[in-house]
Amino acid sequence: MAEKIPTRSVTTTQEKSVTEERVREEEKQFRAAPKLDKSPLHGLWALTNRDLVKWYKNPIQLIISLIQPIVWLGLFGKALNFGSFISSSVPPSQQAAVYERFFGVSSYFSFLSVGMLSFIILFTAAFSGMSVVWDRRFGFLNKALSTPVGRGAIVIAKILQGVIRSLIQAAIVLIIAVALGMETSHLSVVTILGGFTVLFLMSFGLSSLFVMLALRSSDWQTQMAIINLLNLPLLFASNAILPVTIMPNWLQTVVKFNPVSYANDATRQLLIGSTQHLAPLWMDFGVLIGFAGVLAVISIVMSWRLLSK
Amino acid sequence: MASQESVSVETENYSQRPVIVKAENLSKTFGTLKAVDGVSFEIREGEIFGFLGPNGAGKSTTINMLTTLLRPSGGKAEITGIDIHKHPNEVRRNVGVVPQEYTADEDLTGLQNIILCGDLYGIPRSNTNPHAKELLKLVELEDAADRKVSTFSGGMRRRLELACGLINYPRLLFLDEPTLGLDVQTRAAVWQYIKMLKEEYHMTLFLTTHYLEEADSLCDRIAIIDHGHIIKIGTPAQLKESVGGDIITIGVAEVLPDISSDIAKINLVKDVKKNGNQYRIKAEIGEEASIQVIDVVRSKGLHVTTISLTKPTLDEAYLELTGRTLREEESNKMSMMSQRITMRRARS
Repeated sequence: MAEKIPTRSVTTTQEKSVTEERVREEEKQFRAAPKLDKSPLHGLWALTNRDLVKWYKNPIQLIISLIQPIVWLGLFGKALNFGSFISSSVPPSQQAAVYERFFGVSSYFSFLSVGMLSFIILFTAAFSGMSVVWDRRFGFLNKALSTPVGRGAIVIAKILQGVIRSLIQAAIVLIIAVALGMETSHLSVVTILGGFTVLFLMSFGLSSLFVMLALRSSDWQTQMAIINLLNLPLLFASNAILPVTIMPNWLQTVVKFNPVSYANDATRQLLIGSTQHLAPLWMDFGVLIGFAGVLAVISIVMSWRLLSK
Repeated sequence: MASQESVSVETENYSQRPVIVKAENLSKTFGTLKAVDGVSFEIREGEIFGFLGPNGAGKSTTINMLTTLLRPSGGKAEITGIDIHKHPNEVRRNVGVVPQEYTADEDLTGLQNIILCGDLYGIPRSNTNPHAKELLKLVELEDAADRKVSTFSGGMRRRLELACGLINYPRLLFLDEPTLGLDVQTRAAVWQYIKMLKEEYHMTLFLTTHYLEEADSLCDRIAIIDHGHIIKIGTPAQLKESVGGDIITIGVAEVLPDISSDIAKINLVKDVKKNGNQYRIKAEIGEEASIQVIDVVRSKGLHVTTISLTKPTLDEAYLELTGRTLREEESNKMSMMSQRITMRRARS
């Protein structure tokens, strides 16, 4: 590739005096070194913003990541027409009672819509670990580590960008779900805020988990394998797609240990007023706060160990 | 080329200056592999100090320890008087690092990348914003400031890395293989920037390289490192001298008489070998010795037909010191992979 190679020509006297002036200026600045922000979280927003800029400057990535839940909602949600299992001779009021019993709400689509919120959070959070792998691979991580930025800030920034991205995507999925016919009678400012608090906690915990798993890895294939290994069980062994009540007993036990279930349980109670629940709302919150808190603390503690060899 | 005399004068100057880097018995072990096995050296303010050695010799490991990315397994080091192990953050604030890889974010612009670096150092934006523009001007990238880095050529990326490494006004700049994968022209341009940093900004530079001509043309002092050991430290001239001096080859019209013993009497001459009507003479200061050799030949009534003077190259010095030529060696998978990525991106 032809590139113009800048050459520093022989300096004339005039140019030289300009150079000297610049040096003097530079030295002056050197002496008056800027006062540095030495707080352990400085640079946190700069690092978070870096990942967010990459994301919103590339709308194709956003669109592709939204296609998946739309396909699930539009095709799977509509195709799984549970009403057809019930004989058409059954009166509508009894049909509604069947729905109510299994899904806690009068349509499967509404049930699945809320499940899709945790679906999109789960998948976005899972890939927040990937950017750690790329940063290590391309040396950006080492560059950041050679600056006085806090090791904790590097990790928290990765978690935060995953949380922010996943919440924005969840909001878009919710809008699409409403447009496609999700029940809206329970939606209010309070329930939406409550629902997103739940999603925030789940996203924080899951992002911490996947960032932590990626901290030492420089191999994206391994990271992809880890994501798939964890994501599908977390999704299917939860109440995201199907209600717990139709599952075999052993699976019901597994579901009860899956934090994703509690997020679905809480968001369904809040957003669609589900009458079927795994646990009371306060307990859902308790589980999720514990999940997010424990994983965030572990990942930050691990960052001290894993990021310095 | 600088004569040996002026080099030794400069070296003396440096010895008066404050010590910027002081490494004592620094070691790093990975499992059973001793990557760096007790290296000790000092770098004085304003010097360009080079680590020369094949891949896997321990150059990058040493830089990574000094830039606090790796914790030493043994020994200690101080940078600007600060212990790298006890106060890593203080060290990080005082040094700049230009890593071997292209670490700039491809999706951000040149300017955004430098500002990001400033943020990581905790420098207020009021200082970073004008300084980033100055630095882009310094590396002649001001026209590309608002272009995404993915559109940059290898040389431009290298210059951007250089600018990023300067954002915190470092007293000491580390450059890990600064010209890896660059073409000859771009390499020469990078050398010019490095020399400018020394001459105009009086910066201390520590660089690693496995290019002999790079070490020769840039460094005030070189440490030859192999298998984790420093084999020899000295100015390029000193290292070349250790080969045993300059080679004078003189052709004489008459095959006989043999005047080897007469030539050997010259003070500067170390060794004489006669081969037909040619004498191959090892001498200390070739320029002076060759004149004296001609005088001796003529004083014996013989006629000089040809004369040539060969200065030893660093190549020969390296060969003499390590017993092998500097060649690409097998390295661990990870570093080879990242090196390949760097080279590929350099050429894009």
